[in-house]
Amino acid sequence: MALKIPPRKTPMKEQPPEERRRNFFEVALGYTPEEAIAEAQRCITCPTKPCVKGCPVHIDIPTFIKHIKQGDFQGAIDTIKLYNNLPAVCGRVCPQENQCEAQCVVGKIPGSEPVAIGRLERFVADWEAEQGEVKLPEIKEKKGKKVAVVGAGPSGLTAAADLAKLGYDVTIFEAFHKAGGVLVYGIPEFRLPKKIVEREVEYIKKLGVKIVTNAVVGKTIPVDELLSEYDAVFIGVGAGAPKFIGIPGTNLNGVYSASEFLTRVNLMKAYLFPEYDTPVTVGKKVAVIGAGNTAMDAARTALRVGAEKVMIVYRRTEKEMPARLEEYHHAVEEGIEFHWLRQPIEYVGDDAGNVIGVKCAVMKLGEPDESGRRRPVPTGEEDFIEADMIIEAIGQQAQRILLDEFPQLKRNKWGYIEADLETGATSVRGVFAGGDIVTGAATVIEAMGAGKKAAKAIDKYLSGEWDPWAD
Amino acid sequence: MSHKIVKKKKLAHLVHEFIIEAPLIAEHAKPGHFIVVRIHEKGERIPLTIADIYKDEGTFKMIVRAVGKSTYELCMMSEGDEILDVVGPLGKPSEIENYGRVLLIGGGVGIATLHPIAKALYEAGNEVYSILGGRSKEYVIMEEDFKKYGEVLVTTDDGSYGMKGLVTDGMEYLVKEKGLNFDVAWAVGPTVMMKFAALKGKELGIPKMWVSLNPIMVDGTGMCGACRVTVGGEIKFACVDGPEFDGYQVEWDELVRRLNQYKEREKIALERFLEKVGDVSWL
Repeated sequence: MALKIPPRKTPMKEQPPEERRRNFFEVALGYTPEEAIAEAQRCITCPTKPCVKGCPVHIDIPTFIKHIKQGDFQGAIDTIKLYNNLPAVCGRVCPQENQCEAQCVVGKIPGSEPVAIGRLERFVADWEAEQGEVKLPEIKEKKGKKVAVVGAGPSGLTAAADLAKLGYDVTIFEAFHKAGGVLVYGIPEFRLPKKIVEREVEYIKKLGVKIVTNAVVGKTIPVDELLSEYDAVFIGVGAGAPKFIGIPGTNLNGVYSASEFLTRVNLMKAYLFPEYDTPVTVGKKVAVIGAGNTAMDAARTALRVGAEKVMIVYRRTEKEMPARLEEYHHAVEEGIEFHWLRQPIEYVGDDAGNVIGVKCAVMKLGEPDESGRRRPVPTGEEDFIEADMIIEAIGQQAQRILLDEFPQLKRNKWGYIEADLETGATSVRGVFAGGDIVTGAATVIEAMGAGKKAAKAIDKYLSGEWDPWAD
Repeated sequence: MSHKIVKKKKLAHLVHEFIIEAPLIAEHAKPGHFIVVRIHEKGERIPLTIADIYKDEGTFKMIVRAVGKSTYELCMMSEGDEILDVVGPLGKPSEIENYGRVLLIGGGVGIATLHPIAKALYEAGNEVYSILGGRSKEYVIMEEDFKKYGEVLVTTDDGSYGMKGLVTDGMEYLVKEKGLNFDVAWAVGPTVMMKFAALKGKELGIPKMWVSLNPIMVDGTGMCGACRVTVGGEIKFACVDGPEFDGYQVEWDELVRRLNQYKEREKIALERFLEKVGDVSWL
């Protein structure tokens, strides 16, 4: 008997591009229960479960999907929460196409799309929130040991939640006035509504985690105090510092880092100025440098705060671009222009010091580099792109505010913390680290995976089962 | 956790002194550090400086001049009110050691920033000379405090108090007329004042002058790069690399331009606020 699996994912409703390009409401609208059940039925519950291996936190995907098939949404979310403390976030921002969905057996059938695992995860997480009371998992007996977590981003929140469930007293120290890290300052409202982040943070607090905001470890709380007051420390502060190409004109007015632009708009709500006090400059013509997910976020945000024309300027081509395909498509639909094979060499300003455009070297693709992508090489030609606002989104580098105050902590050649990738153990006894401050800028789910592994390792260390620092 | 305004006092028109409850900041703050304040849920994050630290009381002093919407709103708050967020201490502390003879140049509320530095330099054994400048008598603040650490020369733009002139005239007087040589100097005040103090210091042969920069900031923790300044041809973040830099190396004109980036929007916000609150001539 041939299985009849619809070749395409059940479509998820979206706001039409011409509407959403000027508002901050969520782009993707989620499944209805009927749509979720229909999509769940595309899963063949294969015995090999390659999707689970594709997930950095190893969610038992076939089981949660089986519950959806049966209409048991509570069973589905309970299953997910055994592995993932932030399902509503992950269902929205994980690059499933490179992870669980990339491994899906249904997706391997010629002409067939994988099961929409991410959309289903989002559906059950949202469904549970709509029911009102979110169910709490079992919390083990208190162990009487204290763990400090530095940074309330994806890795810190995950490590904290897992440790709290294991019975540890966990305190998160967050430098900002709000918990969430990149989920609140970086990822825009239209991709991840902040209400959802707040909801997930509330859940983590209900597990018994204490979150102290406005606490800059290294400044408000010196490193020594932290080390002496807590039995173990997890550092998940994120990469933290914006990188600039460093070309002439970087300090002209109108040149922003993506971190600054997105923080103003997302965390400080500059799109609601003057109701909110933080302003943001809005260019008529905005050039975003880089083509990763942050560049797409910055470009689409610029459009929503009122830019007339938004361009992505990238030194390679569409094929080498690091952004998720879905984000790229959304950007194209919304009318973002793409200037491929352009390497900025100078920002040009007027007499008042305001940027008026970017001079670019025209590139062509040469031999593949160490990343396997073809390296852009200059053709010798130049191009000038007019823009009254530039947003550099070319990546990040290691933050300084904590690391400057923690010289004993060994760093790698890129300036990130040297930590074992399986356990998070660093060079300092009792100190673990994970997420972007170890790997450099990566994804939310990878940071969560690191937080999970570290929580497990911290538990083993504090139970006296394992000690990587023993002589 | 919000922070109580324990005491508040008006020092001059639009200039107010606050004592803020913040035990962790009081415990760890050193001269040269700054703080970031957000008044309420819709507020912006504004960098402010510390005028004095009271470790035992768990409080610190800040002196604020109302210039934009947020500082007006802050100055209109009362004793007992709570400030939603106070973060710090941020930045690198001043390099305090026994240099010999030091010159401190303060203008406006920059005088307040200079105060903990003056105290620490005095305690480190330096001979301290201070020039405190203001538009008129009313704006010369903390004179009595500075007198505890050494000689004070006051300058006012209108001559209503002390020497008539700018702080640079005071510098010239101390070096040329009084024949004093200084081993190091600090200048803190409006950006334009610091620029001219640095030019004058160089001209007068003062070997080094620290300045405390106050560019536009968002997070104040090195995360956004809004506070980029060029010092010695290199881009620095004032929040984590500073706020104090070698005044002879700062690209002042760029800093002044960058400070004006949001002028239009700042004006909109302030006008809208003043319309709402009515008469503020008492402030």
